[in-house]
Amino acid sequence: MMRDEKGMMTPELRAEIDAILTASGNDGSKLVGILLDIQDIIPMHYIPEEVAYYLAEKLNVKVSNVYDVISFYASLYDRPRGQYPIQMCESIVCGVNDNGFVFATLQEMLGIGLNEATADGKYYLECVPCFGACDVAPAVRVNGKVYGHLNSREKIEAMLAELV
Amino acid sequence: MTKTVTFMTRNFNKYDVMSIDEYIAIGGFTALKRAITMDGEDIAREIAACQVKGRGGAAYDMGKKWSQARSEKNPEKVIVCNADEGEPCTFKDRTLIQNDPFNLLEGMIIAGYTMKAQNGYIYMREEYSHLRPILLNAIKQANEKGYLGKNILGVEGFDYQIHLYSGAGAYVCGEGTALVESIEGKAGRPRMKPPYIKQCGLYNLPTCVQNVESLSLVAGILNNGDTYKSYGPADCLGTKLVSVAGNVNRPGVYEIPFGMTVREIIYDLAGGVQGDRDIRLIQFGGASGKIAPASVLDTPYTYDDLKGAGVGVGSGAILVVDERTSVIDFLTTTQQFFSHESCGQCAPCREGNLHIKLLLQKVKAGTHTASDVKLLKQIAETMMITSLCGLGQAAQSALLAAMKHFPQTFEVK
Ligand SMILES: Cc1cc2nc3c(=O)[nH]c(=O)nc-3n(C[C@H](O)[C@H](O)[C@H](O)COP(=O)(O)O)c2cc1C
Ligand code: SF4
Ligand code: FES
Repeated sequence: MMRDEKGMMTPELRAEIDAILTASGNDGSKLVGILLDIQDIIPMHYIPEEVAYYLAEKLNVKVSNVYDVISFYASLYDRPRGQYPIQMCESIVCGVNDNGFVFATLQEMLGIGLNEATADGKYYLECVPCFGACDVAPAVRVNGKVYGHLNSREKIEAMLAELV
Repeated sequence: MTKTVTFMTRNFNKYDVMSIDEYIAIGGFTALKRAITMDGEDIAREIAACQVKGRGGAAYDMGKKWSQARSEKNPEKVIVCNADEGEPCTFKDRTLIQNDPFNLLEGMIIAGYTMKAQNGYIYMREEYSHLRPILLNAIKQANEKGYLGKNILGVEGFDYQIHLYSGAGAYVCGEGTALVESIEGKAGRPRMKPPYIKQCGLYNLPTCVQNVESLSLVAGILNNGDTYKSYGPADCLGTKLVSVAGNVNRPGVYEIPFGMTVREIIYDLAGGVQGDRDIRLIQFGGASGKIAPASVLDTPYTYDDLKGAGVGVGSGAILVVDERTSVIDFLTTTQQFFSHESCGQCAPCREGNLHIKLLLQKVKAGTHTASDVKLLKQIAETMMITSLCGLGQAAQSALLAAMKHFPQTFEVK
């Protein structure tokens, strides 16, 4: 697994984070939403340690509170993932619609296992519970976009082709 | 031919969801305009007359809840719209937000007027982040047109604002007290009750939590309550959104009049079972719902009839599982969900889910003993009685129902 990147708090990133904080009124009670917004703009879609400390300082909350929130919520991550984290639904509706085929095909096509990233850091594979796309099961979700009816190699290839 | 109805879904595809003007052009906000001429108690009474039960799962009488919320003395109150929709196989609230966001907002504004609240919060799951722009736009436009803000529609002192908050992938945050913890920016661990959130909830204020579908009914009922009451049998009036999925040919959200049979829903609306296979089991109300064999097909979809058949409405989900999936594989997947989602705060749920997972592995492998089966049942029942919140209390509904309907699954070899 990839380690946390050091020195990633560039002036550009800091400015983007400050903009998110300003938009939410520097309100510590909005921590969950703030973390999600920041995670969206971090290339590897996680909350680096430096960022967690920065937020604690700016919002005047304890670092332990920030980490309580990050570790509690499944959609917040404290480890780098990938440019395109592919979230494969592991719940029952996708389960009875052969999500096993999706797991196996993606692992084979990308040459990685679960919770692993490709060498270039582009793709990352993970399993998540139902995200409410059961009407198009089996489904995956990538950076907020749902891809459904993934019941053939062609459809999975087409999904990957969109991630550029 | 069995048909869906369009009471809650009447505005679907009738207007551009990014345009408040188009919503107004098809009659939007007429219910709110009527509401502000009424006494709040009368609004609650009209909802009660329609027998509306909360659509989030607990089926609490909505008119009664509004009336109770009104009687709370605190001058400051909040309304919460629960859009966490975390039950697997449930996607009806998604459909409502996507297709008629202004109708939801109108329901929330009427709720604010009725309960004299100053703030309303929509708590929407992160998984629906693609719907955020729709809601943010609706809130912004409603402010611009004076349906939100100060002295709404010229009513002195009717000041009300709506805020959008996001969940972050925690099913337990659909539970009322966990939800308010989450809006306060904390980890969403359920609180000990009492105090109940209706007295002391978000920021310690009286808090009225309603599901998206419940609030989406409000404007329609104030406009056309009689039409609503014309649907369904006398003891279960109205219409309901069901989300049907699994091994059916046409999965989707359907608005049905209460009283339609499960068979009509699955075969006429959802197009029957894939490949015309036999049904192994049907689960009602999401992962925390009970299951039944195909003998449940001729049950009318009403609260009482489903209860009589040993299942329930719950979240409105109907999951059809065909003969290709075994009962134990179904239970294993369901258990994986609860093991993942338990917040771990109280022992019955934390430990119970762990041990049930292990025992189910033995059943799957066929290495279980009679005492394992007894233990399975004991743990499941203990969780139901002693867990702190609804998650642990309902996590083993499917297992207990399976032990009743599918005893062969647990037979000791
Ligand atoms: C673990 C758990 C998860 C829940 N998830 C939801 C949910 O996602 N959406 C919802 O409306 N209600 C959910 N509920 C029920 C709510 O606690 C509450 O009863 C409901 O939002 C009240 O609104 P209603 O009366 O309109 O149904 C959940 C309850 C529990 C115990
Ligand atoms: S029942 Fe489960 S989810 Fe609820 S408080 Fe206890 S451990 Fe947490
Ligand atoms: S079960 Fe896979 S999206 Fe709902």
